[in-house]
Amino acid sequence: MEEYAITVVGIGNAYRSDDGIGLYVARQIESLALSGVRVVEGIGDGFALLYAWADSDHTFVIDCASSGASPGTTYHFDALGESIPSNLFSGLSTHSISVNQVIELARVLNRLPRGLIVYGIEGKNFSAGIDLTTEVRQAADKIIERIVVDIDSLINHYVTGSGNA
Amino acid sequence: MKSRTIKVDYLARVEGEGRLYVRIKDNAVAEVRFSVFEPPRFFEALLRGRKFTEAPDITSRICGICPVAYQMSSSQAMESVCGVTVSGPLRDLRRLIYCGEWIESHVLHIYMLHAPDFLGYEDAIRMAKDHPDVVNQGLKLKKIGNDLMVLLGGREIHPVNPRVGGFYKVPTKEDLLRFVKPLQWALEASLETVRFASSLPFPEFERDYEFVSLRHPDEYPITEGRVVSNKGIDISTDQFLDTFEEIHVPHSTSLQAKVKERDDYLAGPMARYCNNFDRLPEVAQKAAKEAGLSVVCTNPFKSIIVRSVETVFACHEALRIIKAYKVPDKPYVEVPPKAGVGHGCTEAPRGLLYHRYEIDDAGIIKDARIIPPTSQNQKAMEKDLRQFVQKNLDLTDEKLTWQCEQVIRNYDPCMSCSCHFLKLDIQRD
Repeated sequence: MEEYAITVVGIGNAYRSDDGIGLYVARQIESLALSGVRVVEGIGDGFALLYAWADSDHTFVIDCASSGASPGTTYHFDALGESIPSNLFSGLSTHSISVNQVIELARVLNRLPRGLIVYGIEGKNFSAGIDLTTEVRQAADKIIERIVVDIDSLINHYVTGSGNA
Repeated sequence: MKSRTIKVDYLARVEGEGRLYVRIKDNAVAEVRFSVFEPPRFFEALLRGRKFTEAPDITSRICGICPVAYQMSSSQAMESVCGVTVSGPLRDLRRLIYCGEWIESHVLHIYMLHAPDFLGYEDAIRMAKDHPDVVNQGLKLKKIGNDLMVLLGGREIHPVNPRVGGFYKVPTKEDLLRFVKPLQWALEASLETVRFASSLPFPEFERDYEFVSLRHPDEYPITEGRVVSNKGIDISTDQFLDTFEEIHVPHSTSLQAKVKERDDYLAGPMARYCNNFDRLPEVAQKAAKEAGLSVVCTNPFKSIIVRSVETVFACHEALRIIKAYKVPDKPYVEVPPKAGVGHGCTEAPRGLLYHRYEIDDAGIIKDARIIPPTSQNQKAMEKDLRQFVQKNLDLTDEKLTWQCEQVIRNYDPCMSCSCHFLKLDIQRD
């Protein structure tokens, strides 16, 4: 089933507490060893997202949000049909472009994958450290469940349908 | 009395946080301030007490776009303290990873940050709507630079493989040969980039710069050389602080460098090009001439063409190194610590990067000094602004503001790099 090419991209810095929540989600999904699912992390250059999803049909991107909402608030975007608010995610670094910018660039260049779901999880603590705030991790656990269901449904669609999930 | 103010509170398409302010009074420029308000990061203090072998890893964190420059300048300084020279294939591999950094950094600036200025777009996304092929070419070219950094450095941002004495692990010949085809494409694409850059509309503006860069007897400078200028400087790197000084201005968290005996100077692609045109390979010289550049370029807006010519050089140089590469017996040279002072100077994509360290017998860093290119160029940026505004007072505020921002972006400045130090003045009444 390797050809189903579902990519899960976790974004963040694991040593900046809640900023690593995207990585937490990605690693949890990786530990499930789901067939046909590839997990990517360690993206420091926003442009690398274009290549992370280049050869995959469906991509999930999970990043920590920092918009001032209460910690653990979650966001879900179907990036093919909607733009992501620019105030939600900070840049991957001041040297590169942010998640929403790279998605808009890909949209203009017709380089989006066939499916692109972006999850944001509002963080609370961004200081040095590896601990996740409880409510942020609990929100992430719900997103993990949702992604697993989505992946399952995508794969079923491939198996039973034409492959054009 | 008529007064105009040009203000940009948050400069776009530059790395880090900076603002500019120009006050015009009675049709004359009264005040110009280019302020960096990036918080200081105290890297020099952070280095004190750490092992000399940690400097490349710690200083590479100063910059996500030119980490290799920091690794190379710090390694060179440490090796010079300890009396070790890294030569042969290890030296070539250092040049090769540096070529990767030049390619990714230059191409990012040319296509994503600088070109939109000339074509009248607010950003590269809007530019991509009308010029998708141009942006796609830039992305592909940039990726080849990133990939070289991944191969030699372990990852593209803050590589982990370079170390004092060389590398932790070196590539096989096959690893490198896989880059021949992509780099051949990149060489052609970089020549196309020169043609694209030279087709852009440039404001008429020239300035009599003091161009400061490295110069090497045989090569276009990246990793080593004497520090020279077109106005008579010709010194070894250990004389850097005798010739240049840094001053603190109230409006910036970044120090401003100057030539002690004179004033501002310019570091970066235009300086390297002016001081080393004769060291460029024929293919790059030819591309420059066809693009209408003479051996000296004094219009800072045309730095985009010079950066493109340097990208041609970097692709050509990478191919040359790969073809000649023989795997070294050992990935690094042993560097036993020795007390003393050492200096390192290499050419970051945006200009000269100077490091100075004092270490003790155990290899513990006692003192550190880092002078990044953006600090060195700050005074030149302000002078460019002053002269450019004075010459273009007839422009509307909107147009003048746009072009003032462009004056800063000509330098591809990196504010975060420049803010490692804070001079604290305490006034006691």
